[in-house]
Amino acid sequence: MAEKQTTGAAISFAALGKSFDKKGSGQVMALEDVSLDVPAGTITGIIGRSGAGKSTLLRMVNGLEQPTTGTVTVAGHDVGRASAAELRHIRRDVGMIFQHFNLLSSRTVYGNVALPLEIAGVPSSEIKPRVDDLIARVGLEDLSRRYPAELSGGQKQRVGIARALATRPKVLLSDEATSALDPETTQTVLKLLADINRDLGLTILLITHEMAVVRDIASHVAVIDGGRIVEAGSTYEVFADPKHPTTRSFLSGITGVTLPSFIADRLQPERPEGKAQEVIRVTFAGRHATDPMLAMLTSELGIAVNILAGAIEEIGPHPFGNLLVSVEAGRGAEARAYLERHELITEVLGYVG
Amino acid sequence: MSANLINMLIEATLQTLYMVAISGALGTLFGLPIGVYLAVSQRGELLSSPAVNKVLGLVVNATRSVPFIILVVAIIPFTRLIAGTSIGTTAAIVPLTIAAVPFIARLVENAIREVDSGLIEAARAMGATPLQIIRKVLIPEALPGITLGLTLAVVSLIGYSAMVGAVGGEGLGDLGIRYGYQRFMPEVMLAVVVILIVLVQLVQSLGEGLARLVDKRAPRNRGR
Repeated sequence: MAEKQTTGAAISFAALGKSFDKKGSGQVMALEDVSLDVPAGTITGIIGRSGAGKSTLLRMVNGLEQPTTGTVTVAGHDVGRASAAELRHIRRDVGMIFQHFNLLSSRTVYGNVALPLEIAGVPSSEIKPRVDDLIARVGLEDLSRRYPAELSGGQKQRVGIARALATRPKVLLSDEATSALDPETTQTVLKLLADINRDLGLTILLITHEMAVVRDIASHVAVIDGGRIVEAGSTYEVFADPKHPTTRSFLSGITGVTLPSFIADRLQPERPEGKAQEVIRVTFAGRHATDPMLAMLTSELGIAVNILAGAIEEIGPHPFGNLLVSVEAGRGAEARAYLERHELITEVLGYVG
Repeated sequence: MSANLINMLIEATLQTLYMVAISGALGTLFGLPIGVYLAVSQRGELLSSPAVNKVLGLVVNATRSVPFIILVVAIIPFTRLIAGTSIGTTAAIVPLTIAAVPFIARLVENAIREVDSGLIEAARAMGATPLQIIRKVLIPEALPGITLGLTLAVVSLIGYSAMVGAVGGEGLGDLGIRYGYQRFMPEVMLAVVVILIVLVQLVQSLGEGLARLVDKRAPRNRGR
C-alpha cells in the first residue's frame, strides 16, 4: 500500500466530565474536568489503572460514550453534540481496535476487513482491491480465507488493525490492544502501529495500563487517575521528570529500578545520628544523559558513589537512565547540587545508617 | 400389512411433512424478526424500547402458555378466516404456525443475546446503523444458535402435528389414533411411531450438521 493518506486529525478534550447513574449510590463520576489536546499525527498514550476512566475517555472520541459536561472535538467535529447520522459519518474517520479483537467469528479475515467498507456503502468493485491491500499491509496475505478461530492472538489483532484502517480514518483508537498478547507479539503489534502512524500520518490515541507500551511507541502521554488527568506532556519529559505519585509508580514498574531488599529494609526517612549513607534516585535525561556523570562526581568533588541499582532505557530517540545510588550523608546535598547543575534529576529516597 | 395401509402411511407421512414444512417456514418468517426485535429492544440494547419489549414478551408468553390442543380449538374462527376452512391439513397449518412463531421467536432471541457485546460495539464504532448491525453482525454471528433453535422447533412441530387430527388435520398422528388406537391395529401404531422416530432423527441430524457447517467459532473443549 504505497498511498499516503490524509494526515491525522487532532483530538481535543475540553473540561470533560462524565457521570454514570449507579443503582443505590446515585451518581458516580467517571471523569472530572478532563482537558487534553492530542496533537494531529502523534501517537499519544493515556495510561491509568483499571477504573481510572481511561476507557470512558477513549470511547468519547467516537461517541460510544456521551460526555455529561464539556466537549470532545475530533477533526473539528463536536462529537458529543453530533446527530446519529453525523456520528456515523465521524466514526468512519475514527478506526478502533480492541483488547479482545472483536472480530466476527462468522467472517473470514477478508470478510472482517471488508465489513466497515460494506457498512460505509463502498461499491463492491472497490472493496476487493482495498481489502487485499490492507491485508498485505498487516502481513496476512496467506491467511485471508481463514476464520478468526484459526488465528493466533497477534494475527487476530493484525486483522483488527486492517479492519480499523479500512475506511481511511484520520484517527486510530486503541483500547488496550496489546493487553491480551504475549510480550513478543506485543512488540510486533506495537511496531505495526508505529509503522502505520509513520506511513499514513494518522493520529493514534491508545489507552493502556502498561508504561512499557507508552515508552515503546507514544510520543505523548497523559496519566489518568481517579477520573482526572494528573500529568501530561511529551513522553520523554514525563519519564524524565515525573511529578505525580501515580506517574512515578507506573514508571518504577518499567524501569525495573527498585532498591535491593537489604537496603530497602533498612531505609529510613530521617538522617540518623552518626555515619550514614544518603540514598538518591538519579534520573539521566537530556543532553547529559550519556555523560559519565557519576565518574565525574568522584573525580571532580572526590565523592565516592555506591551504585545500588540502575537501568538505561530508550524513549523514542532519547536515552533515559535511572540509577539508585548512595553517597556519604554529609556530602549528599553537595552531590545532588552538582548533578542538578548538569541537568540530571535527583530525589532523596532516604537514609541508611 | 396391506398395500392399502402402506399407501395410507405414505400419504400420512407426506401430510405431516407438508404441515411441518409450511408451518416451520411461516413460523421462521414471522418468528425470526420478532425474536431479533425481542433481543435488541431490551433496556440498554441497540433499539432499546423497554415498554414495547415488555408488551411483546407478554404476548409471546401468553401464546406459549396455551396448551396446543386448546389453541387449535380456540382459534378455529381465525383459522377459517385465514384458510377458508377450519377442517383439513391446510387448515391445520394455521394453529401450527401460531404455535411456532412465539417458540421460534424465543429461541432466536436467546441465540441473538449470546452474541458478544464487543462485536456490537465494534460495529457501532464503524458507523453501522442498527439495521446493519442486525443484518451483518447479529444474525450471522447467531446463526449456529438459530439453526439449532430451528431444529428444536421443527422437532416440536412434528409432535404438535400429531394433535391436529382434532380438526381433521390428518397426518401420522391422526392415522395412529384412528387406526392404531380406535380400530385396534397395533401394527399401524407401531409403523407410525417408527416413522416419527426416523423423521425426528433425520431432522435433528440435519439441523446439527447445518449448525456445524455455519459455526466457524473455535471448537469448544468437550468433557473435562
